[in-house]
Amino acid sequence: MTDKCGVAAVAEAESVDDLLDSVTDDGLTGYNYAYLDEHTKREVRRATLSAIALPGHQVPFASREMPLARGWGTGGIQTSLSLLGPDDTFKVIDQGSDESVNAANIRRLAARTANVETTTDATEASVIQTRHRIPEEVLDDDQILVLQVPITDPLRRVDGSDDANRRRHAHSNYSKMWVALYENVVEYGEIKLSSRYPVLVGDRYLMDPSPIPRWDVPKLDDADNLFLFAAGREARIYAVPPHTEVEPLAFEDRQFQVERFPEHACGNCGSEDTFLTEVETDDGGRVYACNDASFCEKRRADPSLSKAHHRNGDGHTWGPPTDPSVPYESDGDSGENRGPAGPNRGGDE
Amino acid sequence: MLNVSNATKIYGQSCGECIDHTGPAVGDNQCPVCGSVVACADVDFGLHDGEVLGIVGESGSGKSSLAEILALDSDATAGDVRYDAYDGNLLETDYQARHELRNEHVGMVHQHVRDGLELDFSGGGNVAEKLLAAGWRHYGDVRERVEDLFRETEVPVSRMDDATETYSGGMQRRVQIAKAIANDPGLVVLDEPTTGLDVSVQARVLDMFRRLQREQDVATVVVSHDLGVVRLLADRTLVMRHGRVIESGLTDRIMEDPHHEYTQTLINSAI
Repeated sequence: MTDKCGVAAVAEAESVDDLLDSVTDDGLTGYNYAYLDEHTKREVRRATLSAIALPGHQVPFASREMPLARGWGTGGIQTSLSLLGPDDTFKVIDQGSDESVNAANIRRLAARTANVETTTDATEASVIQTRHRIPEEVLDDDQILVLQVPITDPLRRVDGSDDANRRRHAHSNYSKMWVALYENVVEYGEIKLSSRYPVLVGDRYLMDPSPIPRWDVPKLDDADNLFLFAAGREARIYAVPPHTEVEPLAFEDRQFQVERFPEHACGNCGSEDTFLTEVETDDGGRVYACNDASFCEKRRADPSLSKAHHRNGDGHTWGPPTDPSVPYESDGDSGENRGPAGPNRGGDE
Repeated sequence: MLNVSNATKIYGQSCGECIDHTGPAVGDNQCPVCGSVVACADVDFGLHDGEVLGIVGESGSGKSSLAEILALDSDATAGDVRYDAYDGNLLETDYQARHELRNEHVGMVHQHVRDGLELDFSGGGNVAEKLLAAGWRHYGDVRERVEDLFRETEVPVSRMDDATETYSGGMQRRVQIAKAIANDPGLVVLDEPTTGLDVSVQARVLDMFRRLQREQDVATVVVSHDLGVVRLLADRTLVMRHGRVIESGLTDRIMEDPHHEYTQTLINSAI
């Protein structure tokens, strides 16, 4: 910024818009394409490739300072920006919403520095950066989902020592996590972890799927798309490549269960097969509404829209059923269990 | 089933001649040349299925170091240990094999409860950890087995879901025993099983363990400075001093007819 932005300019300005208009600077010409310098991008890409080669393994990378605080998506931004090219279409969601300040700012940063198209439509985007949600619409094999991760190691729940935990990962020694689940069942009768549900990736590494709700966890298993998980503060990247087995930890007689919303439908679009959150209305009442805002909008236009509408209804298992009339089976076996079932809906069993 | 030869543990950078410069003949276990401490050296013994071996000696004689080596808790400097459940020298196992052995084939009851139990976990959780590590994935089965183990070790089942730190010392010791035998190991190592417990609790822990040991026929190494414990539990006894075994034989023979001068002093000084 030039000195035109000084006190004098502020005094003369009629409005904030005037003030912004009066700013003349070198713009983004001083910046490299996609904000990051090429060395940083190479570093991030290398870590990303290693992560894809070792599904679920946390790969360290040289996380840079970003123009926002760590913990606000710096890992996700670095990963997204190192992936984006001019032909990409970019979507950013923050807990299901495209319109949060942070999501909007990240999207704008990418649009200005990487010259990419932006969208709020999950089916249009080639790269989606997200915080704490996986979109309701089925992702395709040409899409990449970048998840922002606050805490990389699932074992930190049970032991604060990263040193000890790395050793446990090296030897697939996850008995402590199992004890935590055992104690959870002792206390509540079922496994009640609301988010960050520990999953075993490719029968090898225990992974923290980031704070997505349990609802989204089954989507990781055998998906068509690539999932990248990036933590800027902890400087770690990990990945779930397409068609990787991802299994939530659970006991044979205490199955993994997604959230249940019995007798609730979205207050806006009427959906019963989406992840709902409770929102407070202006008059103090409480209604349930879709957490995925962009899909909710589509459902408002067409209430019967399938989550796989863009794939000609291709019945790929995508977490809780894509068709509301199909009961959700937690073992992820879709084939035989699909059929003309009654009005049962996901997770009721 | 267990064959130990030349088990040696030296703390510090050894000069190579430590073993010659230490031992009962010298009257010290610290090497005068390099200052290394020879915790135990040249220990040989065998153990049969279901047999109980006692190891006695004064503080610093190397008992616990030997116990830790046998329980795969610490690395030995040298030696060769053969055990039925493992093909090869037990002292040269990698982490993975060691982890499996410790989970399923060797149980250890630690002298310090913090080494053996996770105090934040419930007592039941501590025992369940062994089962879960061995691949148990059915909650109901785990629960049932833990309850059985609690009954066997005489810990109140009603307390099994309380945090272990809220247990009394005797209960913690018994939970450790429950944990040690959870996967029916062939070998259990008890390091000072009754130290720090009051006399009536000592008796109950010992009685309980003696019953379990007979019922399950598990080979046991009992390390204690307390001759009473060894007399009660052990079939055979090793007497250690300055890191060496100075006398070994049937427990009754050692107690009634000690040959070595130090053993005589030890037995005569028992109150």
